[in-house]
Amino acid sequence: MTLASAPIERQQTLELAARKGRSLWDDSRRRLLSNKAAVASMIVLGVLVLIALIGPILWPHGYEHQYRDRLRIGPTLENFHLLGTDIYGRDMVARIMMGLRISLAVGAIATTVSLVIGVTWGAVAGFVGGRTDQLMMRTVDVIYAMPFIFFVILMTVVFGRSIFLIFLAIGAIEWLTMARIVRGQTLAIKEKEFVEAARAAGVGPWGIITRHILPNLLGPVAVYVTLTLPIVILQESFLSFIGLGVQEPLTSLGRLISDGQRELSDPWMLFGPAATMVLTLFCLNFIGDGLRDALDPKDR
Amino acid sequence: MSNTAPIPTSSAAPDKQERSSSALVRTFNRIPKAYILRRILTAIPTMLVIITIAFFMMRAAPGNPYSTDRKLTPEVEANLRANLGLDKPLHEQYFEYLGNVVQGDLGPSMKNKDKTVSELIGEGLPVSLTIGAWSITIALFAGVGLGVIAAIRQNSAADYSAMSLAMIGISIPTFVTGPFLSLVFGVWLGWFAAGGLDLGRMNFNNLFLPILTLALPQVAIISRLMRASMIETLRSNNIRTARAKGLSETRILFRHAAPAAILPVVSYLGPAIVGVITGSVVVERVFGLPGVGASFIDGAITRDYTRVMGTVILYGGLIILFNLIADILYAVLDPRVRYE
Repeated sequence: MTLASAPIERQQTLELAARKGRSLWDDSRRRLLSNKAAVASMIVLGVLVLIALIGPILWPHGYEHQYRDRLRIGPTLENFHLLGTDIYGRDMVARIMMGLRISLAVGAIATTVSLVIGVTWGAVAGFVGGRTDQLMMRTVDVIYAMPFIFFVILMTVVFGRSIFLIFLAIGAIEWLTMARIVRGQTLAIKEKEFVEAARAAGVGPWGIITRHILPNLLGPVAVYVTLTLPIVILQESFLSFIGLGVQEPLTSLGRLISDGQRELSDPWMLFGPAATMVLTLFCLNFIGDGLRDALDPKDR
Repeated sequence: MSNTAPIPTSSAAPDKQERSSSALVRTFNRIPKAYILRRILTAIPTMLVIITIAFFMMRAAPGNPYSTDRKLTPEVEANLRANLGLDKPLHEQYFEYLGNVVQGDLGPSMKNKDKTVSELIGEGLPVSLTIGAWSITIALFAGVGLGVIAAIRQNSAADYSAMSLAMIGISIPTFVTGPFLSLVFGVWLGWFAAGGLDLGRMNFNNLFLPILTLALPQVAIISRLMRASMIETLRSNNIRTARAKGLSETRILFRHAAPAAILPVVSYLGPAIVGVITGSVVVERVFGLPGVGASFIDGAITRDYTRVMGTVILYGGLIILFNLIADILYAVLDPRVRYE
């Protein structure tokens, strides 16, 4: 390249950059995609979600069908019981797929509940500030100090066990941390120079929230959502494990593990559900970590 | 509490005395007494809220919580209600219950007619306290130790293996590790008891696996906290100064870095106790231990309202207490924080 062409080329690059800027999100996506553990986890999780959605439809055995003549059969190719059958002669693969479906559904719904409550609560507290903020965050502090999972148990004892109640109750516990994170971020962002600049340029409060505060909240919120999912799944499993969550014949991973640990002499009833649970949690944790590193590189 | 009387001046006073008095007095003066008092005062309403929610939730239960399956004559039922104090107005019942709870009386068990809830909880406490206290202790020592090693050997094989172990400890829940440890070390290898416990003979053989199961996730979390905080501390200015002065590396580590780096672990004490309590419910079920958690599940499944309620109140009290201790420890240990 000659000396004369260099500046022109540089200008072209600059124009290109101006047209299609490399935003923070592009950077983050690239960092996330270069994280092998996170990418592998996303693929595995995708497969798991797919299995949970269409697996029960395609599988030859129904999850509640009892083969009276095939109780406690170990993993075998015969009759296609790949992971064996349980004490009632139900196919383990079918049960695990159903359990995975319920566990993931609880995770998704309860996380959405916590997301909606947490972001609204935190953003209002942070943006309004002053006494409102004080009052709202004190409330969070008080609730935070309470043994909420035990209140959920008390609730199931008092109002009976319904899966819908569990969705709601778990979501209603987990919004607290979300609210704190969102409030902290909102407080920090609303004092930033670019918000001041926007205000000086005549942008109204609504414009500031939607154009400047919410996009900047997205990063930490996304990270926390991926970290909430495994927590929520664990809580449902905890409830199901102690016998208060999902009821028979419906099942969840926690429930299956609970059934399996009672039959330690036939350990395949424990292995399948436990492995599925651990795989799911690993994937979610790796994705969460990867997302955090990608969105907030200084925190490595 | 008499020394907390001059609240407005307590923040100014220590500075004046600090130059002339001994180290012990200086430490005492540095304790933010007003903050501690305020912290204790906020713990009480939280406890009240827990008891209140528990009480009214139980009363919101469909039907009479004390009703039995049998049909009773109105006369018998009236007697029963009077006996249990259910004929009084709700607010009177509430204050009566509150008064009883303060005195440690959690009322009669509904399904276990000859025992009170306090007795049922009391029977389980020795087991639960033993496994709880041991696992917290192990978690603190092992977690802090692993974290420090990982931090000073950052990015070495030791660091990576410790942190992979921590990742496993965090990702695998207690109700998976418990049955697995029980299966491998109890059923297959036969090194320890796979489960069960004779209350009179609590021994290593019976309690090792439950304690290990309970401690593992806490070890994982604490070691991660400690590693991150230690790495940050070792990079700070005061450590660089200490190195420049020519202090030995061990002295820097134990006198300068570790005490500062341990603060996040102290503030994790509250959540840790929540984790151990929740974990103990699972562990006691997996290993068949007759603890408070097992009795709690039992009560929840048989819908023994009063027992579940009493245990929730006990757990709530423990959690609040440990949060309080953690906050006070933090305030005493960290001279940088001013609690105004």
